[in-house]
Amino acid sequence: MASIAVPGRQVAEERFRTCPDTGLEVHAKAETLIRVNVLTAVVFLAVGGLFGLLIALTRWQAIHLLPAEWFYLLLTAHGAAVLIFWIMFFEVALFYFTSAVVLNSRLATPMIAWVAYVMMLVGALVATVAVLQGNSSVMFTSYPPLQAAPHFYLGLILFAVGMLLTCFIFLGTLVVAKDEGTYEGSIPLATFGGLTGAIIMIFTLASGAIILIPTYLWSLGIISTIDPLTYKLVWWGLGHSSQQVNVTLQVVVWYTIAALVLGARPLSEKVSRTAFLLYILFLQLASAHHLLVEPGLSSAWKIFNTSYAMYLAVLGSMIHGMSVPGAVEAAQRRLGHTKGIFGWLREAPWGNPAFAGMFLSLVLFGFLGGISGVILGTEQINILMHNTLYVPGHFHATVVCGTTLAFMAMTYLLIPIFFQRDLAFPKMAKWQPYVFGAGAAGISLFMMGAGTLGVARRHWDITFTDALISFDYPATAFFMLGLNGLSALVAAAGGVMYVVVVFGSVFAGKRRTAAEAKSNPIAPGAVALRTYGSEGTLKLPGTIVLVSVFFIAFALYYFINWRFLAGIWTMS
Amino acid sequence: MALLPPKNRLWWNEPLHRMEIVWITIAFLWGIAMFSTMIWWHIYGEQNLSNESYRILPDVYAERVDVMIDAYQVGEDEFGMPIVRPPVGSDIYLQARLWDWSPILELVEGESYRLHLSSIDWQHGFSLQPTNINLQVHPGYEMVVTLTPNAAGEFGIVCNEYCGIGHHLMTGRINVLDREAALAAGMQLAAGE
Repeated sequence: MASIAVPGRQVAEERFRTCPDTGLEVHAKAETLIRVNVLTAVVFLAVGGLFGLLIALTRWQAIHLLPAEWFYLLLTAHGAAVLIFWIMFFEVALFYFTSAVVLNSRLATPMIAWVAYVMMLVGALVATVAVLQGNSSVMFTSYPPLQAAPHFYLGLILFAVGMLLTCFIFLGTLVVAKDEGTYEGSIPLATFGGLTGAIIMIFTLASGAIILIPTYLWSLGIISTIDPLTYKLVWWGLGHSSQQVNVTLQVVVWYTIAALVLGARPLSEKVSRTAFLLYILFLQLASAHHLLVEPGLSSAWKIFNTSYAMYLAVLGSMIHGMSVPGAVEAAQRRLGHTKGIFGWLREAPWGNPAFAGMFLSLVLFGFLGGISGVILGTEQINILMHNTLYVPGHFHATVVCGTTLAFMAMTYLLIPIFFQRDLAFPKMAKWQPYVFGAGAAGISLFMMGAGTLGVARRHWDITFTDALISFDYPATAFFMLGLNGLSALVAAAGGVMYVVVVFGSVFAGKRRTAAEAKSNPIAPGAVALRTYGSEGTLKLPGTIVLVSVFFIAFALYYFINWRFLAGIWTMS
Repeated sequence: MALLPPKNRLWWNEPLHRMEIVWITIAFLWGIAMFSTMIWWHIYGEQNLSNESYRILPDVYAERVDVMIDAYQVGEDEFGMPIVRPPVGSDIYLQARLWDWSPILELVEGESYRLHLSSIDWQHGFSLQPTNINLQVHPGYEMVVTLTPNAAGEFGIVCNEYCGIGHHLMTGRINVLDREAALAAGMQLAAGE
């Protein structure tokens, strides 16, 4: 198919090319949008990452780099730049990839996609400028009565409306693809995951609108008060649910990389899709995770919501946690790597940064981010951890080790496929996932360690030098924060490597011709395997061992935390 | 593969593999177990929030704190923060504001108190260390929880909800007397030995 020509339709002006790596029909306008959104995302990652390093070096008490005002200011800017702007610009690219590209379709309304891009960019810049001006150091969460400058909220609202448009473009593209018959049967798993993400995103942004618009009016003086508890309840419908979009799209990236690199097929379409469906049905209850030690809410409400109605969304993640390594193992065994229980893992393409990043993301997300998240979200255990450094420790494990590492890995496939360039500095790219993964894992672990010792998050000086009543955290806590600073340096090095590889490749990488792509494919899995379907026979001893180890670690750590809880003052 | 449509259009009719059924069953039962543990702890555990809370105007709350301070103040620290020794078993009030915790409470080991928590300005975080109890404090809401210190000593209160530029200066203290010291000071204790 050189172009999608459906009789009687005016689509002749749409330009397509056949991707030599994947065989997919790539719509030129979608391709340009994907490129621009990815590069914008990487710029925000670079800036936000730098802020993160400065913050970690401040919390390393021996260095204590920034003055207090700058610490709180950059902490706010760090959250916005990486947790919102880097990730969501990248997600726009993933929405267009999993709809238009995967379905061989044209993108619906590319003009509106550009409008959305401009809105998001302007919104992001306005909010960032508001923070850097110094009157909006309200943290990522901006809890009232703490108030930011009006244009801080306005920037976020503008950004969110742009993001909402891209969700509708995603849905519109599904309609176009079905209508124009660009694929047969059901949508592929990657698109199904993208659809899951888009649905959750729409819910998420609706929550954002419900709370941010009144807050904006409040900052202008039009509304007199915002109830702080109501704000938290609704705001976290935005703040936490958007993390569930990240999880969803990161799982899509895992499946996609396994497919492109190894030709991996899902063990079972039914199981993987049901897991996504569980996300749609239950993830939105997670606002409660942030309200477990608040006044005004009953324990019945807290327990039901914090557990996603009996952990049904956790069930979804545990299913993906089996089916993704299972798909990798099945593919490796099919390719002939059958030695012993872990021969498939030893002989995996660890020198391919896309695969290495994807597998590290999977393991670190599961073991560090997933387990800590469930424990943090246990009603009573939250008393030990609420607003301690355990919280950022947990979400750096999910959002940095998980989402960011997965998106970085995906970039190593997007560059050859959509920029048609070879990776510049391939050696650096090869090491990048390991360097960044090690640093990010260190950040997560050491913050969780300090948090377990009670150290407060978002706190400039835990020596309390200038406070009237002093208090000493244990010396181990300071040691943990030192290690956290060192880990941040390692992660920053990995971040610089990523940015250098991306911009080096995009602007100076060798152009790939179709012939070169065929002889040296970046996505061998896609070329090797153009057949449909799930894996058939299942003998996956390696995956069984992996999930067993995971389960034992999960259960042990869960009960250890109940032991910790039993040691504190009794409360009733 | 993940980028191609499923071979079987009716993918929900695919049979499940045994390994998948086993893992899904384990994960589901684990979820039920964790869900039940939270409920079980409400019945048998000794660290639960009471869910008792009220809406209250900040100045009304500040007044209640002052009434308690006036009634039971036993001294003040070097910076003038009142030190209060309320009777065991009584309602005790802690006030969060930019940027201190008022007053310094003196409690007795092994005795229960109904602790009231509220803020008179912004949101704050009550973080009692090193026992490690962390509760959110809202303006306009009063939380009540019955606390029983299980050890004597000085406990620090740190604010762990960002509350502006003086956030890291916001500290407080709870002193827990051991039972003999409390008896020697002439206090009446309720809990038996």
